[in-house]
Amino acid sequence: MSNHAVSFMESHLKNLTLGHGFWSVHADSIGIGWALGAAIVLTGWFLGRRLEEGVPHGIQNVLEALLEFVDDQVKGIFPATDPLLGPLAFTAFLWILLMNAMDLLPVDLLPDVARLFGIHHFRSTPTADPYTTLGLALSVFVVTIYYHIRSKGVFGYLKTFFVHPFGPYLFPINFVMTVVEEIAKPLSLGLRLFGNMFAGELVFLLIALLPWWFAWAPGVLWAAFHLLVITLQAFIFMILTIMYVAMAAAEEGDAH
Amino acid sequence: MAISLTLFVQMVTFAVLIVLVNRYLWGPLTDVMARRRKRIADGLAAAEEGRKALDQAREREEEILALARERAAELLDQAERRAREIIEEARERAAEEGAQISARLKAEADSEITRLREALRADVARLALLGAERVVEREIDARLHERLLQDVAGRL
Repeated sequence: MSNHAVSFMESHLKNLTLGHGFWSVHADSIGIGWALGAAIVLTGWFLGRRLEEGVPHGIQNVLEALLEFVDDQVKGIFPATDPLLGPLAFTAFLWILLMNAMDLLPVDLLPDVARLFGIHHFRSTPTADPYTTLGLALSVFVVTIYYHIRSKGVFGYLKTFFVHPFGPYLFPINFVMTVVEEIAKPLSLGLRLFGNMFAGELVFLLIALLPWWFAWAPGVLWAAFHLLVITLQAFIFMILTIMYVAMAAAEEGDAH
Repeated sequence: MAISLTLFVQMVTFAVLIVLVNRYLWGPLTDVMARRRKRIADGLAAAEEGRKALDQAREREEEILALARERAAELLDQAERRAREIIEEARERAAEEGAQISARLKAEADSEITRLREALRADVARLALLGAERVVEREIDARLHERLLQDVAGRL
């Protein structure tokens, strides 16, 4: 690969970072995440003033269909009605879907706009940033701990580390296995989303390196395929969130 | 990958977003959908109710019609009977009246016959007397033969 290609890739895979060390902040991921979140909330806010009880039209219809879709998944997996899980899954699905969809923008569009303001590194897809996806996964992890404790109590939750999966006599092995299992859940949840979106972004960058008179063909093909990945990954994240929470909320023994 | 503030900012963002979405999107939307579901259920129930009411009304209509038909038949029957009675009565009265009239006429004719007969008898008697006078060539003394005259007249 030529030097130009390497520097192109490097510059496009570097986040707009403010601060250093622990206090460093990926302003691009956070900013776009906030903008998309605000778009969701504002849509809801504007829609909320003229909700139709009769036949729904336009964006209300779309959101109702999505809500019903998410709610069906929640009800199918989670035994009891729950005031938190529905909004959690719905938010995760919508937000991740929108953040993933940022991948479909031309790779140079937002970085070029940023360059006008003197910003040299800008990544437009927040979910191609592991901090975003792992942040989401950690949030889900926190929620699962809450449900674990709610259904079994603190002691009951800690006990599951020692009695699963081999019974109380092999508790050291149980502990190691359960810890690995519990850590693997959020890690795989976050890294799966990150990996898919990062790979998608990478392929778009590689396509952008092709000569302009040819790049459109693989670009269109990959965008069409990536459209599927975007939706699918948002869906998978949502479904796994519901599953993990349902497993955590299940009584002891039911979860495994 | 070192743990950095970005991770926690994204976690907090997610948490805040869940709260806001619940407040402005999930809540109102589920409310409106629940209301719509209820309205549709109510509408269906009302339709069912209406259908039942219609069935009942139809049954009632049938009953009323049957009653009316029965009553009409009864009235018709009565009217026919009454008509027959009236005709019968009229016929009877006509026969009676006819009999009366014919009886009166007969009586009148009888009396006329009697009167004519009397007159005829008197005439005959006079004629007989006249004939007898001629036969005897002598005037029969009316006073003398009064009895004879009476006798002739009576025999006629």
